[in-house]
Amino acid sequence: MLVKFFFLLRSAGVPVSILEFLTLLEALAAGIAQASPERFYHLARTCLVKDERYYDRFDRAFAMFFKGIEAGFAVLTRDLPADWLTKLAERTLSAEEKARVQALGGWEKLMETLKQRLEEQQGRHQGGSKWIGTAGTSPFGAYGYNPEGVRIGQEGSRNRSAVKIWDRREYANLDDQVELGTRNIKLALRGLRRFARRGAATELDLPDTIDSTARSGGWLDIKMVPERHNAVKVLLLLDVGGSMDDHVRICEELFSAARSEFKHLESFYFHNFIYEKLWRDNRRRHAQFMRTDELLRTYHADYKLILVGDATMSPYEIEQPGGSIEHWNEESGRVWLGRLLHHYRKFAWLNPQPAERWRYTQSIAITRKLVEDRMYPLTLAGLDDAIEALS
Amino acid sequence: MTQPSFQGTDQYVATEELRSAVNAAMTLSRPLLIKGEPGTGKTLLASEVARSLGMPLFEWHIKSTTKAQQGLYEYDAVSRLRDSQLGDSRVKDIANYILKGKLWEAFECETRPVLLIDEIDKADIEFPNDLLRELDRMDFYVYETRQTVRARHRPLIIITSNNEKELPDAFLRRCFFHYIRFPDEETMRRIVEVHYPKLKQELLREALSTFFKVREVPGLKKKPSTSELLDWIKLLLAEDIPPEALRTDDTHKAIPPLYGALLKNEQDVHLFEQLLFLHRRSAR
Repeated sequence: MLVKFFFLLRSAGVPVSILEFLTLLEALAAGIAQASPERFYHLARTCLVKDERYYDRFDRAFAMFFKGIEAGFAVLTRDLPADWLTKLAERTLSAEEKARVQALGGWEKLMETLKQRLEEQQGRHQGGSKWIGTAGTSPFGAYGYNPEGVRIGQEGSRNRSAVKIWDRREYANLDDQVELGTRNIKLALRGLRRFARRGAATELDLPDTIDSTARSGGWLDIKMVPERHNAVKVLLLLDVGGSMDDHVRICEELFSAARSEFKHLESFYFHNFIYEKLWRDNRRRHAQFMRTDELLRTYHADYKLILVGDATMSPYEIEQPGGSIEHWNEESGRVWLGRLLHHYRKFAWLNPQPAERWRYTQSIAITRKLVEDRMYPLTLAGLDDAIEALS
Repeated sequence: MTQPSFQGTDQYVATEELRSAVNAAMTLSRPLLIKGEPGTGKTLLASEVARSLGMPLFEWHIKSTTKAQQGLYEYDAVSRLRDSQLGDSRVKDIANYILKGKLWEAFECETRPVLLIDEIDKADIEFPNDLLRELDRMDFYVYETRQTVRARHRPLIIITSNNEKELPDAFLRRCFFHYIRFPDEETMRRIVEVHYPKLKQELLREALSTFFKVREVPGLKKKPSTSELLDWIKLLLAEDIPPEALRTDDTHKAIPPLYGALLKNEQDVHLFEQLLFLHRRSAR
């Protein structure tokens, strides 16, 4: 009977393995949870769930199973757009925001609100090929959803047709399958490590000790060397907002992974493309910025440059002065990117868009040319290739 | 069941969930991985379990430089080399230079011990993988002396993590997992009572309500945790602050006294003061 529960958990997205399931059975056989649903619940959770992220999913699955309404669950998972939206929200919304969603009257109400907002925004942006939120700088506000995602119900009156949106949905799922978690990213980034000895001498240098002991006629002469440290310097530039909304989670993971792997890691944000300003803190982008030419002076050319962005925008934003969607830029994005790449010779562009879709977007083609074809998809394989290009 | 089970102690309030997790780990001899907000008593759990069940405790605190091998044993080649220079007779036996690690000590213990592996996420990313076999089979091989060390009694292993690094799946599969939730007001009351049994009811009520209010301030970098609350109450008692002083209705004195014990971050204190300022202005 519990086998059903096992599969229900898996379909609810709790990563349970057979080994863990057997452990639970073993625990039950040992009589740990005797005839008490609460104790069984605690025991099952202790055995099967290994991350608090999945507690909520577990709880829901547990409730489903023990109220005997598995049917309802199946319907829930088949209803794709809503499910997808829920999943997306689950990933991106904090508990607090979820509570706010509840306060708004739950998902259905929210979807209503979304539609209204959407119509408003469409009116204001008619004819444009891009989508920029009007309300704030962060893609995740109170309505923490992806603006692309909610266009599901609409007929495609613009560049992005309904088909394309379904494709995107597929990508959202794909993302789960690839499992580019922080751990994977970290392991890939380790390839970048370049060790150097610096600091206090704390390690025994065996070859040197043997050598000098032999030279001093057999009297022990211990030699020490400093421990090896990672000496790689990395400059990370991340695209936020606009078309990057879908990818912000991945990028943040990359960012958090990178932070703990390197001693020298400087990170800045940009919006769609590189112009004369970059931001250190995305939330205070209008107050605190770093001029790009200052950046070039501050960080020496031995920094490795990693750009993360989907490079999906109107070609004008790259080619034309004044093409930026946020402000008037004196010089075109092409010029600024050129300056960066001229200064930092070790660079790579990571693109969270799936590689097979690159050729359909003109701006990606242009950017690829600008970065001398050193653009890599944000997958494990792509990351490996990028690391190779950097080292 | 004849086996003793963990019920919490006079100094440690364990929720039903936590008790069941500990007892399951003990019955099935699986390592128990504990996560939770800082200051919710993750590290304390091991020593309290050991104390209440009369089991010896071994603590292995992990740092960023800790290697898995150090938990098993280390071969001190340098002192052997030095001894050989001085003609010490100990040199003949390599076993003299094998230093036992915490895991070995726990394996050798006469009775069933508790082994705490504290803050496993501090270590290198490969660290948990290097311990897989040892935690699974509870034995390891010493190459220098060609002996296998096997656990006499499978120790109860409690592992804590602060989530700084993600742990590998293979490792997680072998562990039980429990996330210590932040205590609700009821549990918190019990925790405080355990630590300060003679605390005035009124002061406790005011202190707790202030505490939970501070926790609700949006945007705090580090929310005050249980251990900070306990520190704060200790200070309040030491300074003999009357309960009325904590009541936040009076907006002019709205910063709780001795707030330095609750807010550990300059930005948080700043944020808190700003919010109070705004609050006061709107109240006017």
